Amino acid sequence: MADAPHTVDPKSSPEIASDGFSEIMELQMGPSHPATHGTIKFNLRLDGETIVGCETEIGYLHRGFEKMCEQGTWTQCIPYTDRLNYASPIINNFIFVEAAERLLAITPPERCSYIRVLLSELSRIGDHLTCLGMGAAEMGAVTVGFFMNEARELIYNLMQAATGARLTVSHGRIGGLARDLPEDFEQQARAAMAKTQETLDDCERLLERNRIFIDRMAGIAVLTPERAISLGLTGPMLRSTGVKRDLRKDEPYMVYDRFDFEVPVGTKGDNFDRFSVRFEEMRQSMRIVDQAFKSMPEGPVSIDDPTIVLPQKKDVYENIEGLMAHFKLVIEGIRVPVGEVYFAGEGGNGEVGFYLVSDGSGRPFRVRVRPPCFYGMSAVSEMVTGHAIADLVATFGMVNMIGGECDR
Amino acid sequence: MDAWLIGGVKSLIVIAMVLQLSALLLWVERKGSALIQNRYGANRANFFGVVPFNLGFLNTLIADPIKLFTKEDFVPAGADRFIHSLAPFLALFPALITFAAIPFGDYVVIGGTTIELRAVDLDVGILYVVAMVAMSVYGVVLAGWASNNRWALLGSIRGAAQMISYEVALGLALVSMVLTYNTLDMQAMVYAQGELIFGVLPAWGFLYQPAALLIVFTAGMAESKRVPFDLPEAESELVAGYFTEYSGGKQAAFMLADFAEVVMTAGLVVTLFFGGWQVPYLTAEGWTLPFMDLIPVTGWIVTVLQLASFTIKVLFFCWLQILVRWTLPRFRYDQLMNLGWKGMIPLALINLFITALMILLVGESA
Repeated sequence: MADAPHTVDPKSSPEIASDGFSEIMELQMGPSHPATHGTIKFNLRLDGETIVGCETEIGYLHRGFEKMCEQGTWTQCIPYTDRLNYASPIINNFIFVEAAERLLAITPPERCSYIRVLLSELSRIGDHLTCLGMGAAEMGAVTVGFFMNEARELIYNLMQAATGARLTVSHGRIGGLARDLPEDFEQQARAAMAKTQETLDDCERLLERNRIFIDRMAGIAVLTPERAISLGLTGPMLRSTGVKRDLRKDEPYMVYDRFDFEVPVGTKGDNFDRFSVRFEEMRQSMRIVDQAFKSMPEGPVSIDDPTIVLPQKKDVYENIEGLMAHFKLVIEGIRVPVGEVYFAGEGGNGEVGFYLVSDGSGRPFRVRVRPPCFYGMSAVSEMVTGHAIADLVATFGMVNMIGGECDR
Repeated sequence: MDAWLIGGVKSLIVIAMVLQLSALLLWVERKGSALIQNRYGANRANFFGVVPFNLGFLNTLIADPIKLFTKEDFVPAGADRFIHSLAPFLALFPALITFAAIPFGDYVVIGGTTIELRAVDLDVGILYVVAMVAMSVYGVVLAGWASNNRWALLGSIRGAAQMISYEVALGLALVSMVLTYNTLDMQAMVYAQGELIFGVLPAWGFLYQPAALLIVFTAGMAESKRVPFDLPEAESELVAGYFTEYSGGKQAAFMLADFAEVVMTAGLVVTLFFGGWQVPYLTAEGWTLPFMDLIPVTGWIVTVLQLASFTIKVLFFCWLQILVRWTLPRFRYDQLMNLGWKGMIPLALINLFITALMILLVGESA
């Protein structure tokens, strides 16, 4: 504008904002910003408080997961998968071993599948608690964040009881599990679920009927079902638009087809729907946990195949067959037949897929992950354009970007 | 000379009271939020493990300032050094001296001299409060402007818009209070609230003006820039808003200013709506309970009771603000403006109109 009341540097020639004379402000949000926790950067272009352009930069947490997996045996990949979505590590564990089991054409024992479902659902509750709690805290409702953290602590305690670790669980094994559940796990889990239920009710009262919260979330960052599908979104982000797709229902794996649960969907595809869908999913996961305890069969948790599952320590120490099997499994790894497989399961954020290629050696030839929040992040720019900075924070929270998963 | 001495001592008392209360609130906020959120809260500070945990607040009161004032005082490159240093004082100063007009007791007679229990015997107390509240915008705006930081600039623009918008509603609500009491003198307002309605109910302001109470309390919270009105600092959005580029003592000044404004809001609400230092049914002679004989009370006990009454009421409203702060999420900018301009200002105007109409029809009230 020629009559602008200020001199414009011709080299940068900034765009003019909607009021006719002020400049568009460029602002780099992150990676060191309280809301982006070091793992992401938004290059924003602001017209006042309104975002007119948003460029998302990812990759700050790239650790070469896929390449690292090619360096070790199949079993050695399992701890790496803990570090993908670290809000629900055990789900990644199980989906990876399920994929490998499909390459090996083996089926784990029934009890193992039930335990996998049980722990996955517990972990899903923990994942959603993290997402919603942190999302609410970033919107100023710090108390909800702490309430949800407290409930997540109970889930962590359960994970510790079942796997021995709170976060880096590494509990899945190809052909089974690292160990069976402890004896009093059901009581512990039921007590924890009852408390979590109370927390959820509290948080619902604090947020879901809170005028400020609803006004901040409803109608913000709307996605249509068509757009969500073409962006490749899955999980709660897709379901919030009204598309009823849940891999646990549509392509049942483990033993999900034996459980009775609903798939909550939204109607508008806005932030509030994303919040509500996750909230309701926690309740459904509790139903699955309850049913899993009721119908859990007895039996072994790992298949009986010395070329796949490590022998008992007693056999390793006391007979030569056990020692040899142990040695071969540890040094050479599991011999997975030549082939490739893509298997995906429903993670906390959506479709967690593993594409595995085996060349017949004891090491994976190629491991490729489909991280659900990678696709979610690709949608952020168009979701927030036209909204305020405050909405970017809320939207980013509801995308639930987990650096480890997104950047691998 | 006597007047200077008395004035000086009273000012010192009020400043010390506000400062101490603000510092105490820092601890109450931490411990209170911990209570609300089922955690332990501030319990790390102690004297080499000697002072036990339940005296933690003493340690926190000492440890926090030591920590803050020993930090590096950082001024970013490109900042306007003078304004950058001036801003924290401009934020803190009005917040501290607003309390001067608020009476914290009746009067005491020492050596034949009658001393009013407020820092300054202002007969235009309300105007003074409004003026000082308006002053506090400058600190926020200048801090953001001088920092040479885009987050700070955004925060200070938010702050300016928010504080100016809510001052309008606050001012209008205060006008209706002035009409109700027919005076600008805050001490006179407190005296008016010592009367009884129908000889039974204390004539506290909130019974006459509930809408004004709502507006003054809400606008006061918006002035103190705390959740749900903490948009100027909005940690998860603007890093730390207008004081992003402040550290050490200057940052402490901003924090203290916020808490001083909390105390100020509480003081204002108590004085205008909850009888100030009045204890229900207690007069200078003693208890005058309805339908009962006078129970005489010694003069100095009355004064102490009145001081205690004021303090307890102020503490209650401070706590109420902390409770709100840890319960609600933050507004978004447009919501805040909508609430201010489309909600509270019309409400304040309607309230003012009805008040004026009532006075016109009924005559001088209160």
